[in-house]
Amino acid sequence: MNRRALLLLPLLLFLGLAGLLLVNLGRPQQAAVHSRMVGKPVPEFALPGLDAEAGLSSKDLATGKPVLLNIFASWCLPCQVEAPHLEALAARGATLHGIAVRDAPEETRAFLQRHGNPFARIGLDRGGQLMLAFGSSGVPETFVIDGRGIIRYQHLGDIKAADVAVLLRELERAQ
Amino acid sequence: MIPEIGHFLLWLAAAAALVQAAGLAGRGIEVLAVPAACAQLLFALAAFAALTWAFLVSDFSLQLVTLNSHTLKPTLYKFTGVWANHEGSLLLWVLVMALAGAAVAMAPAPLGPRFRARALAVMGLVSLGFFAFLLLASNPFARMLPAPTEGQGLNPLLQDPGLAFHPPLLYIGYVGLSVAFAFAVAAMLEGVVGPRWALAVRPWVLLAWGFLTLGIALGSFWAYYELGWGGWWFWDPVENAALMPWIAATALFHSVAVLARRDALRNWTLLLAVLAFSLSMLGTFIVRSGLLTSVHAFAVDPARGLFLMLLLALYVGGALAVYAWKAGSVPEGQGFEAFSREGALVANNLLLSCMLGVVFIGTLYPMALEGMTGQQISVGPPYFNATVVPLLLVMVVLMAIGPWLSWKRSGTAHLPARLLPAGVAAAAATVAALALFDVRSTIALLGFAAAFWLGVASVQILLQQRLTYAAVGMALAHFGVAVSILGATASGALQREALVAMRVGDAVQMGAWQAELLDVSPVAGPNWTALQAELRISRQGAEVATLKPQSRTFTRPAMETTEAGIAALWQGDVYAVLGRPDGFGKWQIHLWFKPLVRLIWAGAFLMALGGAVALAGRARVRLPRRRSGWQGAFAPQAAE
Repeated sequence: MNRRALLLLPLLLFLGLAGLLLVNLGRPQQAAVHSRMVGKPVPEFALPGLDAEAGLSSKDLATGKPVLLNIFASWCLPCQVEAPHLEALAARGATLHGIAVRDAPEETRAFLQRHGNPFARIGLDRGGQLMLAFGSSGVPETFVIDGRGIIRYQHLGDIKAADVAVLLRELERAQ
Repeated sequence: MIPEIGHFLLWLAAAAALVQAAGLAGRGIEVLAVPAACAQLLFALAAFAALTWAFLVSDFSLQLVTLNSHTLKPTLYKFTGVWANHEGSLLLWVLVMALAGAAVAMAPAPLGPRFRARALAVMGLVSLGFFAFLLLASNPFARMLPAPTEGQGLNPLLQDPGLAFHPPLLYIGYVGLSVAFAFAVAAMLEGVVGPRWALAVRPWVLLAWGFLTLGIALGSFWAYYELGWGGWWFWDPVENAALMPWIAATALFHSVAVLARRDALRNWTLLLAVLAFSLSMLGTFIVRSGLLTSVHAFAVDPARGLFLMLLLALYVGGALAVYAWKAGSVPEGQGFEAFSREGALVANNLLLSCMLGVVFIGTLYPMALEGMTGQQISVGPPYFNATVVPLLLVMVVLMAIGPWLSWKRSGTAHLPARLLPAGVAAAAATVAALALFDVRSTIALLGFAAAFWLGVASVQILLQQRLTYAAVGMALAHFGVAVSILGATASGALQREALVAMRVGDAVQMGAWQAELLDVSPVAGPNWTALQAELRISRQGAEVATLKPQSRTFTRPAMETTEAGIAALWQGDVYAVLGRPDGFGKWQIHLWFKPLVRLIWAGAFLMALGGAVALAGRARVRLPRRRSGWQGAFAPQAAE
């Protein structure tokens, strides 16, 4: 490239940028960040469980039957609020697995004793890496995973009474 | 009446800017540039005073006051409320622009009155655009009749003493760079790029850079104690928008040094001078146009965004077009050797440019991707840490070596002896971090090593005899970088964190620290009520502090904010945030111990101080002797 063309380069780059900004101008902002993992297989993982109990691994999410995967923590107060609705989901036949994020095992156990344990299996994600791998940005979040281990639906925040039916329907659809 | 006078004064200021700008076209009219710049300052100052008055007396017939103020707001925030909104902050922007113009007009003109008139004309043209934006699309003096009896209040996050100084400092920095921009455009038009030009532009760049450093540091400190997220830098697009001009300005005054001394890097320095202010304007544009959501985005209005976009295209595009057209006719400057002061400074410029590039891409790529494919991604700290930190580490290695090299061509035989203390300190710091503090992360160990390497090397320079102001300033600023790196590394690598749900009476252990929740009770302020927790902090059994984090509810506008409870101890900060109650007597409490975290901002202050010292030297010796150089005092001149 000769010198003149090189000097023209900043201007051309800027014009490209200006075009880009113009396209984006006035585009509304989206506040909620949905996981990009929806529609994709769950990441490979194998988490330890509480004490001697078996933990949770990606194989448990591909057994042919759709399941709910709840991401929670004992320090998370909305998780306590949604606990009765998780129990309701379990009572209506849904299989729930839990991932406790950035939590000490004894705290998790105390939490489950106090607020009930609707989970078939629980994995401990002490560093919170798996939560990120699921594209989850906070607790609580709940994922619907179909029988082949593919993430079908993501629920952000605590499950409210009205969400129970929505999640059961999503489970049905994931059959 | 006073608002109408203010509005009229704004038009007068715009007219003065027009006269100033006319110097670009006409011969003869140039002589008016200096008086026009002074008049512009007087009019802008008076207009700003008029708006301030309206805020102080809560004149709710002004739409801006109604939307952003309230009679119950404390007086300090009535005052800072003037610029804590879109229109007012733009008025502050043009006021600082006018200030910069008047400063250029009053300061000595080492390049002659004709060059000064050209530079003032460019500045006037830039001012004119922003005046047009204010008057046509963002009038701060718009009336609202009938006047409501009460205002809507100010965003509570902005009701903070830090806000009193953050925007003005940042704006002086941003807008101060317009002087370098104007000098670059004028230099290209006049064809006077060279060492004399570099010496003339250097104080303006240093001044703007110093204020920008302070403004960014204050913003970071504000985010640290006000947002309650426990961090000090989030790589948020808005932060990056301020960081990018800072990096460009840092590169600029280093390349200006090469140009002043060796007459090399002519076109590169011109480009940096144009870029630094362009990035300031781009930053203002992206946070103001609604392209990004943040506490800084006052104007979520596409029409205003389009107006700003046009200004940006006009000024940046115009300057870059002049660059493409004229820079080719700037004669090539001198070449240089790799092992020389200028060689090290070129390496510094390359590294800073890379850093600028990765921050730029990380900030704008998500927007670009969404614009083209609709796909949303978030580029966060992992990207920036992985890209910026290694570049910074390499730069720190060079920052300790560069000052020991002499200009033109340097021998390297003296380097091992000179760098021995820094090397020993870096090794000792690494071993200490490993053995005493059990640090295992490679990047953290490198961070400790880098801080001590650069810190000791910089102190060593300060201990030399017969230093010039520029050398002291440089060494102080480099020492500041080392201090900031130490603070950032220690507060990250040695941090302790606990996120717990506690009842009153519960205690939690966090490393050597223990926190006991004594009480949670309601408290009231002038325009807010809050729940306040009382946490007793003890270290190894001894009580050291009581933290009172609050969860505040503001009445106007209704909004909840967290006020972190922070105890600044010599080891670092203990930081607590009160979260939500569970309704059954438990409170969510987030606790951190952040060792040496305040060094981050202390380091930034040292950097700005270094800039001020270098500037003081410039003011004292207006035109320094051609060969004055502090390295001559002690570095061997083997190769010269």
